[in-house]
Amino acid sequence: MASDRSAAVKAVSAPASSVAASPVVNPWTRRIVPVLLLAVLAALPLLPVPEFWITQLNYIGMFALVALGLVLLTGVGGLTSFGQAAFVGVGAYTTALLSARYGLSPWIGLAAGLVVTLGIAWVLALITLRMSGHYLPLATIAWALSLNFTIANMDALGKYDGLLGVPAIALFGVSLADGRAIYYLIWLLAVLGAIVVRNLLDSRPGRAIRALGGATVMAESMGVSTFRYKVVIFLIAALLASTSGWLFAHVQRTVNPSPFGLRMGIEYLFMAVVGGVSSVWGAFVGAGVFKIIEDQLKELLPALLGSNGNFEIIVLGVVLVLMLKYAPKGLWPSLQTALSRWWPARPRERDWEGAAPLESRPKPEAGSVLLKVDKLRKQFGGLVAVNDVSFELRAGEIMGLIGPNGAGKSTTFNLVSGVLTATSGELRFAGAPITGLPARQIARRGMSRTFQHVKMIADMTVLENVALGGYLRSHSGTARAMLRLDRAEEKRLFAEAEAQLRRIGMQDHLHELAGNLALGPQRLMEIARALCSDPSLLLLDEPAAGLRHKEKQALAAVLRQLRAEGMSILLVEHDMDFVMGLTDRIVVMEFGTKLIEGTPAEVQASPEVRAAYLGTEH
Amino acid sequence: MDGAIASILVLDGVTNGAIYALLALALVLVFAVTRVIFIPQGEFVAFGALTLAGLQLGHTPMTIHFLIAMALLAAVLDLIAAARAGRVAAEWIAIALRALPGVAIGLCALWLAPMKLPLVAQALLTLAVVTPMGGLLYRLAYQSLADASVLVLLIVSVGVHFALTGLGLVFFGAEGSRNPSFWEASYSAGPLMFSGQTLIIVLASAALIIALWLFFERSLHGKALRATAVNRLGARLMGISSASAGRLSFTLAAFIGALSGILISPTTTIFYDSGFLIGLKGFVAAVFAGLSSYPGAALGALLVGLIESFSSFWASAFKEVIVFTSILPVLLWRSWRDPHHEEH
Repeated sequence: MASDRSAAVKAVSAPASSVAASPVVNPWTRRIVPVLLLAVLAALPLLPVPEFWITQLNYIGMFALVALGLVLLTGVGGLTSFGQAAFVGVGAYTTALLSARYGLSPWIGLAAGLVVTLGIAWVLALITLRMSGHYLPLATIAWALSLNFTIANMDALGKYDGLLGVPAIALFGVSLADGRAIYYLIWLLAVLGAIVVRNLLDSRPGRAIRALGGATVMAESMGVSTFRYKVVIFLIAALLASTSGWLFAHVQRTVNPSPFGLRMGIEYLFMAVVGGVSSVWGAFVGAGVFKIIEDQLKELLPALLGSNGNFEIIVLGVVLVLMLKYAPKGLWPSLQTALSRWWPARPRERDWEGAAPLESRPKPEAGSVLLKVDKLRKQFGGLVAVNDVSFELRAGEIMGLIGPNGAGKSTTFNLVSGVLTATSGELRFAGAPITGLPARQIARRGMSRTFQHVKMIADMTVLENVALGGYLRSHSGTARAMLRLDRAEEKRLFAEAEAQLRRIGMQDHLHELAGNLALGPQRLMEIARALCSDPSLLLLDEPAAGLRHKEKQALAAVLRQLRAEGMSILLVEHDMDFVMGLTDRIVVMEFGTKLIEGTPAEVQASPEVRAAYLGTEH
Repeated sequence: MDGAIASILVLDGVTNGAIYALLALALVLVFAVTRVIFIPQGEFVAFGALTLAGLQLGHTPMTIHFLIAMALLAAVLDLIAAARAGRVAAEWIAIALRALPGVAIGLCALWLAPMKLPLVAQALLTLAVVTPMGGLLYRLAYQSLADASVLVLLIVSVGVHFALTGLGLVFFGAEGSRNPSFWEASYSAGPLMFSGQTLIIVLASAALIIALWLFFERSLHGKALRATAVNRLGARLMGISSASAGRLSFTLAAFIGALSGILISPTTTIFYDSGFLIGLKGFVAAVFAGLSSYPGAALGALLVGLIESFSSFWASAFKEVIVFTSILPVLLWRSWRDPHHEEH
C-alpha cells in the first residue's frame, strides 16, 4: 500500500514521460471506470431509490447544464453573466407557450426556444462584448430584470401566474411524464453537454477560448478574433441554459416568472463558483452541493429564526464570499487532488507520429523588401514615443533594434505588429500596406511575434500553448471541435508544435504546465509558438533575457539556422554580444528617434551610439 | 398629455433622479477607488429607511446589534491577522481603536433607541448607525481580496448583496414601512405642488454633491482617494494606504445610501429588498457615465429619473423594463466610443 501511494504521488509530480509509464492505472481501468460510473447513473432510477432523491438528481442535472455554460463563460473565458436564469426562462416560456397554448410538440418547443435564445444572446453579445469585462455582467443584470418584469406583466404569458398545463415530453411514443423517465433525458443531455464542452476546450477553438481570460493581446497576435470567441462562448452558455429551461418547463409542467429571476441567475453563478469554475465537472459538483444545501437551509433556518422567508440567501451569500477568498478554484480541484491518488492526471497521448505536416506559406524572395517602415509615429498625449522612424528590412536578414531603455523599441514593435495603432506614418509588409490593420490581420499575412513580458496561458501545457501558434494554419471550427471531427487536424497541429519545441531545445518540457516554467524557457516557448505559425517575419522582443549563456548560444544558433532557411527576423535585445554576433544590420533608437542604422561594426564604431548609451564627456 | 401632467412628471423625475444621482456618485466613487462594482449599495438605502422606521415605532432596530457584531468581528479578524504576523503586542491598540467607533455608536444607539427622540434626531442616529457599516463591510468582505480582478470583486458584491438582503429580512421582517415627512409644508406654483419633502430631497442631494466636490477638490483625504483611483500602486508608494482609502470610500457610500433611504422613505414604502432596485437605477445612471465621471453620473441619474416617471405614466406595468432596458443602447453607444482595453 505504502509503495503504491508513493508511486502515485510520484506519478502526479514527476515529468510527463514517467507518468505515461506509471503502473498505477492501467489503460483498461481508464476505460472501464467511466463506463461503470455511467452504468450506475443509468441504473439509479431502476433501483429502489426514494422518489425524493430522483427529483433531486433531476434538478441537479438541469442546474448543471446551466452551470456548465458558466464554467465556459466565467471560468475559462473570464466573462460572466447573472442573466443565465433569464435564458433558462426564455427556453421554458417558449416551449410552454407553444406546447400548452398551441398544442405543438415539445421538440418544436426546444428548437424554437434555442432559436429565440440565440437571437437575444446574439444581440446582447454584440452590444456588450466589445467593452471591458464588467459591462457584460451589468448588462445581464439589466436584461434579467427586464425580461422578468416583462414576463410578469404580459397577459399572453399569464403574468405572475404563468402558464399551466405544459405537456410532458414524449420520446418515440414513450411519455416522459414520470420523474424516473425524464431522469434519463435530463442526464443524457447533461452528460452530453459536459462532453461537448470538454471536447471544445481541448481543441483549436478551445485554446483560443482559453486565451480570453487574460491573454487576448497574445491571441490576437496569433490571428485569433477574440471578440468572435467571446460571442461564441456567450451563445453556447445561453443555449445550454435554454435547453435546461426546456427540460424545466416539461418537468414542472407549469412555468411562472419566479424561477427565472435575477436571484436564480446569481444562484447559478454560485453553483459554478462553489463547484469549481474552471472545470466541467465542477458544474456538477456545484449544482449538487447547491441543491442539497439549499434544501437543508430552507428547512433549518426558518425553524431557527422562528419565521418564514428566504433566509438561505444569507448563508449562500456568505459562502460565496468565503469561497472566493479561501478556495477561489472551488471544490472540484481539491476533490481532484484527493482522487489523484487512484486516478492520476495523464499527459496527452502522443498519437501524432507521422501526421501530415501543416501547409506552409511560400517564402518571400531573398533580398526583397519585406517590411518597410516609413515615418512611423506614435504619440501618447503629449509624449512622442516613436518619432517619425523609418527603416527597411529585407527578406532573409536578421535586423536588431537597439537603444537605451525608453527609446521606443517595444512601442515600435507593437506598432509594426498591430498591437498599437500608429498616430501617423506608413507600414508596408510584403509589398502591401498594413497601416492600421489589427494584429490578427497582420498575423495572417505572415508576421509573428513574441512579447517583452511573456504572454501565455499558464494552465495549459507547453505543447498546447505552442499549438495555439498554429491557429492560422488550421481551420477546425467550434462545431467540429465539439463533435471531435477535428482530430486529424489536431494531430498535425501537435506534430508541428512538437517539432518547433524540439527545434528550440524544449522537447523535455512538452507536457509541463507553461506557468511552471522558469522565465528563460517561457521565452523560448514563445519563440516556438511564433514559429508554429510559419511566419515569414519573426519579431522577437528581448528573446535572450533570462537565458543562461549556453542557452543564448543555442538560441543564436537556432536563429541563424532559421535565417539560412529564408526567415527574416527583427529583434529587440539588450545583450550586445548576442546582437552584434547575430544581426546583419542594426537600427539604433534613442528618445523615440532613429539614431543611426548600419552593420554591427558601423554601429559599434559610432560615437553617437556611445554617447546615447554612456553619455558624453564634458 | 398636457403641460400640467408633463411638469408634474418632470418634477417627479427630478426628485427621484436626485436620489439616483447620490447613489450613482457613491457607485462611481467606490468603483474608482476600489474597482468594486458595489451591488449592495441599495441595501444601505433599505437599512437607512427601515432603521429610521424602527426607531419611529420605538423599537430597537437590529441594525444596531449588527453594527456592534460587525465591529467585533472585524477586530477579531484583525487580531488573528496580527497574531499570525506575531504583532499582537504592537497592534492591539490600533485594532481596539478601529473597533471603538462601531461599538461605541452601537452602545449609544442601544441606549438612545427607546427614547422616542424627535424625528431629526432619529434620522441622525440612523446615519450614525449605518454609516460605519460601510468601512466594516469593506474590512470583512473586500479588503483581503483587494487585488482580485473586477470580475471576482463583482461576484463578491453579489454574495454580499445576498447576505445583506437576507439579513434585512431577519432585521425588519417582510413588512414594508413608510416614514413621516420631515417637512409637511407644501407650495403650489401653477399646476405644480411642491411638497416640503421634495424640496428637502433636491436640496439635500445638491448640497451633498457640492460637499463631495469640495471634498475631492479641497481636502487631503479627498485627494488621497482620487490618487488611489488613478493609480493604486503609485498612491501606495506615496504613503496612501489603499486599505484605508477603500474603507473611506465604502464609509462614504454607506452614508450616502443611508441618507438616500432616509430621504425617500417618506415618499414611498420601503421593504427589506427595495434597496436593490433603487441601487440598480443608480447603476444605470453610473453606467451612463462609464462608471468614471461624477457630473456624467449625476446627469445620467436625472435622465433615469425622467425616463422612469414618464414611462410610469405611459406604461406603468413596464416602467422597470423600460428603465433597465435603457442601459442597453447606452452600452452600445459607449462600446462604439471607447474601444476595448485588456485588464492587466
